Amino acid sequence: MNRRTLLAALVGIVIAPLAGAQASTSDEIAKYRAALQDGNPAELWEARGEDLWKQKRGPRAASLERCDLGSGPGVVKGAYAELPRYFADADRVMDLETRLVWCMVQLQGYTEAEAKKNPFGSGSDKRSDLEALTAYIAVESRGVKMNVPLAHSKELEAYRIGEKLFYYRGGTHDFACATCHGEDGKRIRLQELPNLMTAEGAQKAYTTWPAYRVSQGELRTFEWRLHDCFRQQRFPELVFGSDAAIALTMYLARNANGGVFDAPAIKR
Amino acid sequence: MGEPMKIRATLTGDATEVKVLMNHEMETGQRKDAQGQTIPAWFIQTIGVTWTGKTVLSAQWGPAVAKNPFLSFKFKGGAKGDTLAVRWVDSRGDQRTDEAIIA
Repeated sequence: MNRRTLLAALVGIVIAPLAGAQASTSDEIAKYRAALQDGNPAELWEARGEDLWKQKRGPRAASLERCDLGSGPGVVKGAYAELPRYFADADRVMDLETRLVWCMVQLQGYTEAEAKKNPFGSGSDKRSDLEALTAYIAVESRGVKMNVPLAHSKELEAYRIGEKLFYYRGGTHDFACATCHGEDGKRIRLQELPNLMTAEGAQKAYTTWPAYRVSQGELRTFEWRLHDCFRQQRFPELVFGSDAAIALTMYLARNANGGVFDAPAIKR
Repeated sequence: MGEPMKIRATLTGDATEVKVLMNHEMETGQRKDAQGQTIPAWFIQTIGVTWTGKTVLSAQWGPAVAKNPFLSFKFKGGAKGDTLAVRWVDSRGDQRTDEAIIA
């Protein structure tokens, strides 16, 4: 055995246990999630969201119970599994958060700026109504199969733009979403990243948002997930409710079609 | 006044399993805000659970308990339809009581 093969053998010995540690770490994280699932604090957001949905609020003192989320006015059950979609009244493709803002403006009489001034909450004095409402609508789709339509030309257009954005490389790091989410086995620190180019990966990722983030003590929506991915990529800020945010959501939601919706989940 | 808790109580055999999800910030007093000022401690100090007026659990908590705490325990006794009351008092003297029916 020459020196080089000896070195290779030694390196092999060092690396093998590390690979074992990697697998058991993700097993342990899975156990941690399972242990927390029982008392998921997302339920607190769901309860507050239901109150906000039913309360008469805003300048017109109206509730959101007549808000049409795609399946008819006031139909909440299964609505999240079919969003984003095209809405003829707004002549636009909308995700849930954008649709909620639209309903708050149309039904309750808020201005658009008021409705979306606090999309991501922080602590008990800056709670986000949109996060609570999203949690409530989302839980009403638990167990429903994802079925995002692509029938309208604007839906198809949004999907195509979302696809472009997913592969678009830019920013100081020359990153695209696909850089981290286009291969199996990638991770950030100890967090395994889903491969969003496979149906299984897209389903697993999309059907577990919104989620309660234990590290933040907050419930986070899918728009927040995209917003934070953009920050991590050192991209320009993704504007809440923008066409870009909706297009990317459309692309990822549609790719998750067939997966069973299972959120609000709990995440580290 | 605090935000409402979520309480589930189910009878299995001769024991009742209680699960309580509380809505509380649980500030440790160790954290600092963006201006570098210490965020004052604010956490649940005492917890009491009563079943038809009889105490089945009482506890003293400190700042090491997580935000939005989840408490799960079992006690012997209980019957379907009985009322269970959970009460917490926090370090600001704020308190909240919520009730649930054993299912």
